[in-house]
Amino acid sequence: MAAATAVAEATVLRHRTWRSRVSVNNVTLGFSLAWLAVVVAAAALPGVLATDDATTLDPTRVLTAPGEQTLLGTDHYGRSVLTLLVHGARAALVIGLAATLLGMLIGSLVGLVAGYLGGAADMLLGRFVDILMCFPGVLLALVIASALGASTTNLIIAVGISAVPGFARVMRGQVLTIRGRLYVEAARSAGFAPGRVLMRHILPNSVAPTVVLATVTVGTSVVVAASLSFLGLGVRTEIPDWGQLLAMGQPYLAGAWWISTFPGIVLTLTVIAVSLAGDWLRDRLDVD
Amino acid sequence: MGFVIARRVLAGVPTLLGVTVLLFIALRLLPGDPIAALLGGASASPEVVENLRQQFGLDRSVPEQYWTFLTSALQLDLGTSYATRQPVTGMIAAQIGSTLQLAGAAALISAVTGITLGSLAAIKRNSWIDGLVRVLSLVNTSMPSFWVGLLLIMFFSFQLGLFPATGSGSLGQLVLPAATLGLAAAGTVTRLVRNSVIEVLGENFVTALHAKGLRGRVIVVKHVLRNAIIPTVTVVGLQLGGLVAGSVIVETVFSRRGIGQTLVQAIGGQDYPVVQGVVLVIAVIYIVINIVVDISYAYIDPRVRSVLAAS
Repeated sequence: MAAATAVAEATVLRHRTWRSRVSVNNVTLGFSLAWLAVVVAAAALPGVLATDDATTLDPTRVLTAPGEQTLLGTDHYGRSVLTLLVHGARAALVIGLAATLLGMLIGSLVGLVAGYLGGAADMLLGRFVDILMCFPGVLLALVIASALGASTTNLIIAVGISAVPGFARVMRGQVLTIRGRLYVEAARSAGFAPGRVLMRHILPNSVAPTVVLATVTVGTSVVVAASLSFLGLGVRTEIPDWGQLLAMGQPYLAGAWWISTFPGIVLTLTVIAVSLAGDWLRDRLDVD
Repeated sequence: MGFVIARRVLAGVPTLLGVTVLLFIALRLLPGDPIAALLGGASASPEVVENLRQQFGLDRSVPEQYWTFLTSALQLDLGTSYATRQPVTGMIAAQIGSTLQLAGAAALISAVTGITLGSLAAIKRNSWIDGLVRVLSLVNTSMPSFWVGLLLIMFFSFQLGLFPATGSGSLGQLVLPAATLGLAAAGTVTRLVRNSVIEVLGENFVTALHAKGLRGRVIVVKHVLRNAIIPTVTVVGLQLGGLVAGSVIVETVFSRRGIGQTLVQAIGGQDYPVVQGVVLVIAVIYIVINIVVDISYAYIDPRVRSVLAAS
């Protein structure tokens, strides 16, 4: 018996993805959470982390290298790159979180209904998700953002909708598994209404994979939003967001490498931190 | 087999129709005025504006416009650009070669990098090489492609002067964009190949080959990789469609010719026919590649063939 369990366990392990099997240790998790704390602090209280003004142009310190006058150098208007990065954190975080929430709500609802009802509803919703998935990568967000016009809300809608298919698929798959469990059958035969069975019994037992996906999606959403900004489809504000900052620095790459490099590093670190947190969560919640 | 192919192709038709409807709804029903974008703030009399609306067919109802678009698209006529007044089909035909070249080169880079690093990590499992590959793949999948592109420009164009930073046409100008796009996809392939090689290494036939006294390298190259490559073919194939879409960003970074550049410019000018045309072409490429991958999978793996034939 024990041997059989061990074999079964080994099979399960073998089919898990590589990253989830190498568990995130405390040190990496600590660094990730610390970095995310810094980003959140910058978004909440930019004035505390960056003391100088992000909007004043200073012709006396145009394109100075890191360490000369400011820690991370200045841009072609004489603004400190560090200050711009700190002030850009809020836009990145707000769009990343709000878009994930939107995608998760719509996607999970679609997946829940499709998985529970099955039949024609499942086929119809499945087709809808298939159609959304025919716009690979940033394409869907690109089309929606261009049709809606540039504003923070529209950017959230565009990025959020492009996250819908992922959530719908995960939730549908999970509901299909849970639907067949004995306790669901028991609840149903006890005469509970379908809505109650769905909300009280199926949903609570299906959320774990969605939570993991949501964590990772925050990172992807930040990147998709930055990509749209980089292409010039983002919100034009006085203070550039991270994507705009990267684009802004491109003409100065040969001389003033720091304008693009630091936003790139900050963006990458944020996505890595989010993704490691997601891995840790995957291990903790025991999601495949 | 012919039946399987036909069914798979037919299943793609409603999806494609859905794509056109969604595209049309997004562009026509959402706010945004292409005439205003075309005039670019210049004042124009109401007659001129009305005249333009009629010329572009924007005065007709949305279903009517959709029907015209659909019937012409079936005859490979994607309409006329608002901005350049050129046929969209011709504009795309002139640009797509450059994009396909980029996507193809990127897929090659992604496959070669992914298979090499993935199998290396699998063979040296739990060693420092495995750890290094894991970190690289994590960093790689976390880096937005435009940032990778700028990094490559910084090192290989400005520091080392090896490849030009922008433009298109020569082979040298293909290297950096293709590397940017290919590396963005390599992390996924690496992970997949590693898992797949580890799985095959645990199979009984590998033990048998070891027992037979075959050298480790021969076993890996001739027997393990052959079996581990099947899922990789699928992923690289599926990535190809994504790579065409990814060219939108990479072409912008490197000011490279292609449908991605065309799309970004058209979006800026709200040039509906061009946006529609390019997105439709990318979606069609994506769908066709999916079907081809599905079918080729059956050819590569006899087990799948029998399942497909039975269903």
